[in-house]
Amino acid sequence: MSEHRTPLGDIFTEAAWRQNTGLVVLLGLCPLLAVSGTVVNGLGLGLATTFVLLVSNLSVSLLRKTLRPEIRIPAFVLIIASAVTAIDLLMQAWFHDLYGVLGIFIPLIVTNCAIIGRAEAFAARNPPMAAAVDGLGTGLGFCLALVLLGALRELAGHGTLLAGADMMFGEWARSLELTLVPNHPGFLLAILPPGAFIGLGLLIAARNAIIARGERRAKAGSPRVTAPVARGESA
Amino acid sequence: MNADSPLRSGLTLAGIAVLGVALLTGIHHLTRERIAAQQRDAVAMRLSQVLAPDRYDNDLLHDVIQVTDPETFGHPGPATVYRARRDGQPVAVVMEVTAPNGYNGPIRMLVGILADGSISGVRVVSHRETPGLGDPIEARRSDWITRFEGRSLRDPTPEGWAVRRDGGEFDQFTGATITPRAVVEAVQRALEYHRAHLDALYARQSADEQSTDE
Ligand SMILES: Cc1cc2nc3c(=O)[nH]c(=O)nc-3n(C[C@H](O)[C@H](O)[C@H](O)COP(=O)(O)O)c2cc1C
Repeated sequence: MSEHRTPLGDIFTEAAWRQNTGLVVLLGLCPLLAVSGTVVNGLGLGLATTFVLLVSNLSVSLLRKTLRPEIRIPAFVLIIASAVTAIDLLMQAWFHDLYGVLGIFIPLIVTNCAIIGRAEAFAARNPPMAAAVDGLGTGLGFCLALVLLGALRELAGHGTLLAGADMMFGEWARSLELTLVPNHPGFLLAILPPGAFIGLGLLIAARNAIIARGERRAKAGSPRVTAPVARGESA
Repeated sequence: MNADSPLRSGLTLAGIAVLGVALLTGIHHLTRERIAAQQRDAVAMRLSQVLAPDRYDNDLLHDVIQVTDPETFGHPGPATVYRARRDGQPVAVVMEVTAPNGYNGPIRMLVGILADGSISGVRVVSHRETPGLGDPIEARRSDWITRFEGRSLRDPTPEGWAVRRDGGEFDQFTGATITPRAVVEAVQRALEYHRAHLDALYARQSADEQSTDE
């Protein structure tokens, strides 16, 4: 993995795009599939997860010299559980409506193995700044996957985008809601869980196509290191 | 102390746990009041949708009783009933009613019933019905739920208290009969309970001890 000298920008792109949790490494699929019914739900869970990743990566990195191998997993669990409980309380206090929608998924952030995965694979071996950037990149990459999948399913299922934005940003955001397909009859397949799997498949295919095109270009020009495509077993 | 000792590992873990607890205690104190206020606001907001606040002058949130009647309220536990009064006279009750037989599980709602037996409003509080099929029972998805307003046990008559497919007066949704049927039945049961216990509902001593001490 990355060395101390790796530029922060590279750490970020590696975490957010080349090793995207949702689209390449395929970790944390349970929340990804369950909460991606609309853009706003996806964004809410994505940002909450990003916050937890940032805090847990930073804490693990700061403690990495104190944490001996045999206790590091329980220590990660303690740190992640504290961060998740903190965000649970903060969301209840400041985003109460959104909490009503996402409520049961917030405690489940604990079980998102991407978080402990980054703690183990990156934060425990790198200085705080790099770990924080990695946490931010991983989180925003996951958030991107959630928002894209949410957009796809909301558009196909309801014909809208950003419905319920007021739950997150307050009353003014009601006007953000876009009805792109008026009188949409509702497309059940997109809304129900199978739609999440199909949508995720489409997103992975789209990402792989972008990567492949980049590779063809690179082959034509100067040789470059290529990004891995989704395989699902790389974790 | 030996750097490899298990004791040291244990102490490190304990230290992290203490830090975590300290942090969460702090956040709990910071957010406690705000969370309680948000929850009160959310309840008040819901109540105002089934009963306009200018109809009564008492403290609705604290004039409550708990009643237990699984047949009516759809679950074995106690159900909350809010009582609205004006100048001490009964105006309306708002009951927390559950329709146990939704398509995907119980549908929780608030039913407001004026003292004359007509409905001031009904709103769904939480449900797990299928989006796009069962969710027009939400006020933000359709005006279906508002059609209970002004209805009573005399309007429509008992046969009319059903969805159209069952010969009643209330519309079902395209491809979804089970959800609206469950809601209509639960509202009717609430009305019947109200008629049978009208006096007792307003007369009983408010049982608010638990919910005031926050
Ligand atoms: C995946 C799926 C979800 C459904 N969700 C609901 C629902 O939430 N509410 C509902 O009333 N019917 C739902 N239905 C339809 C019911 O099975 C039933 O067909 C419908 O209520 C029509 O009933 P009827 O044939 O008695 O009119 C769903 C059907 C499927 C296949």
